[in-house]
Amino acid sequence: MRKTLLQSLIRGPLTEPAPGDDGRALAEIAESMKRSARQRLGRSLAIREIDAGSCNGCELEIHALGNAFYDLERFGLRFVASPRHADVLLVTGPVTHNMREALERTYRAAPNPKWVVAVGDCGCTGGAFKGSYACVGPVSSVLPVDVTVPGCPPTPLQILSTLLALIEGASAVRAVAK
Amino acid sequence: MPLLDDLIGTCEMAAPARPWPRLAVDRSQWQRSAGDLAAGRATLVALWGEPQLVHMAISDSAHRMAVLSLTCHDGRFPSVGRLYPAAIRPERAIQDLVGLVAEGCPDPRPWLDHGRWSVGHPLSGRSEPAQRLEPYTFLPVEGANLHQIPVGPVHAGIIEPGHFRFTACGETVARLEERLGYVHKGIERLMMGRSPWDAARFAGRASGDSTVAYAWAFARAVEAAMGYQVKDHTSALRAVMAELERLANHLGDIGAICNDASFALMQAHTAVLRERVLRASQEAFGHRLMMDLIVPGGLARGMASSGPSAVRAALDCIESSFPALVELYDNTTSLQDRTAETGFVSIELARLFAPGGVVGRASGRHVDARRQPGYPPYDTLDFDVPVRVDGDVNSRVWIRILEVTQSIRLIRQLLDRLPGRSGDTEIAPLAPSGPGEGAAMVEGFRGDVFVWLRLDGDGRVARCHLRDPSWFQWPVLEAAIEGNIVADFPLCNKSFNCSYSGHDL
Ligand code: SF4
Repeated sequence: MRKTLLQSLIRGPLTEPAPGDDGRALAEIAESMKRSARQRLGRSLAIREIDAGSCNGCELEIHALGNAFYDLERFGLRFVASPRHADVLLVTGPVTHNMREALERTYRAAPNPKWVVAVGDCGCTGGAFKGSYACVGPVSSVLPVDVTVPGCPPTPLQILSTLLALIEGASAVRAVAK
Repeated sequence: MPLLDDLIGTCEMAAPARPWPRLAVDRSQWQRSAGDLAAGRATLVALWGEPQLVHMAISDSAHRMAVLSLTCHDGRFPSVGRLYPAAIRPERAIQDLVGLVAEGCPDPRPWLDHGRWSVGHPLSGRSEPAQRLEPYTFLPVEGANLHQIPVGPVHAGIIEPGHFRFTACGETVARLEERLGYVHKGIERLMMGRSPWDAARFAGRASGDSTVAYAWAFARAVEAAMGYQVKDHTSALRAVMAELERLANHLGDIGAICNDASFALMQAHTAVLRERVLRASQEAFGHRLMMDLIVPGGLARGMASSGPSAVRAALDCIESSFPALVELYDNTTSLQDRTAETGFVSIELARLFAPGGVVGRASGRHVDARRQPGYPPYDTLDFDVPVRVDGDVNSRVWIRILEVTQSIRLIRQLLDRLPGRSGDTEIAPLAPSGPGEGAAMVEGFRGDVFVWLRLDGDGRVARCHLRDPSWFQWPVLEAAIEGNIVADFPLCNKSFNCSYSGHDL
């Protein structure tokens, strides 16, 4: 084990520079801030992921955010186990009828102010499963969604730049308010 | 005489079907076959329904496969689960989806239907109002000093939803009962009436981590129904994708299992290797998970000219760092202390539920769809199928480690034989044709994915059944955790890594 640890120390880091601003996500966030007048959002965000019927493809890419290339935690973003600790809910899937109640309850368990990010084509529009007897549809048909990340699945970079826009957007608005 | 020889000799063909026959059986033959499953003379491959029909795909001791079909005139059929417990959940699903009653099924509770869909019996061919269901009752557990721990459907990690009801005596799990169906999306109904090419998108989204395996199995089933065989070059590219998918998932799982034993270092390293495989896949095929690339009749896109070198570079990288990680796994006693003898699945239990994939092979089952029933190009490739008999978490980690090495070996063989012009790809040259029935089995990273379908007169999907390997692995997990401590459940669960979405559909 010592050898492995030591080698990691001498080898350069794999972590890549932060992605640039996601203009689309920033615009969505600004719009949603106007609507709700929420401003309190620190530089550090606790994220709770909720699979509301995904095929699990989106989860794989959300998982990848933690690897050394994207290293989500360097931005002060971290996944938490309980919605009660969360600032942001990251929701995937076409919201199945069987998951709807669990999703709503998880949302209610998260303290205010909170943000909802719909991830993946399914979460954004219902995706391929739109119109099924078993699905409600996009996350926005159940919860107030602040920002969306389309893609099937979106790449880790796309998800990351949206989360960064959330921090940026929030602090930009706060700066204006001061 | 192997069981199917007997049946094939006495039964009528229900319909021309490829590559395995579909036989019309009567009630007594159906029941006798259930007895053969219980006696271990045959293995249940899948069990599903249509309006007025139930189908059971089985394979016998000689690895011959067939689909047995029973007409249910009065909407009922004799339960297979009564004799053979692995059939109970599929029968509960048939009752929910098609509305046929499994007579004598020991567990008549609904399974996928939670009473929340907008219709009832969605695959019954009739329009029925949504079912009104009683609140779900969990099985009773009696005894002194027992307490229950309900977990889910929303779990603590970034994983799929499902409910686990633990009954524990102190730290020790006395019983685990699973409740699934939360991510049921109605995929089989969405596929109906679509062209095979539209329907392929749903097959590829049954379980995102196995999108290649599903798309391949679906494409092979359509090709079987149409009597079409793809070129060797196409099979080779499909196999490159399938082995990349296996590599990526096994690497991710090895790290995640160690992480659930609080050994985060391993995950940090395997997650990097996994990312390298995904990036190579992106470079070679234009999508990190290689979704929607395998289509009936060929491929949606060939391999980029830079693909082979990108894939080889990822393999080199794994080969140079993986051995040290394996050594680390093997020599860290605190980690071995968690994985060895935890979540034990006996050979007898594995024989009874016949799980495929890593779970089966870690408990003495010599199964791999690439070998039996087998499909091109694997018949021409050199690879080993590792099997162990110790059946614990450690054993399941080792099967994955050994399979990583085999997948690398396979991809290298495939790349070496691909002709230089890798852009030369069959792109869905099939035209929709008449009716037909086909089935296929493809080995995904989790186990064998089985697909059966019927095309109607216009060549559209009349009915398609997708059977995830998890169907026969989930019930085994309930048994594997018994007698373990509650805190070891995430570890056991991860060592199985069953699919929720693939199971719930
Ligand atoms: S957006 Fe795509 S990857 Fe994500 S859950 Fe939906 S189908 Fe799966």
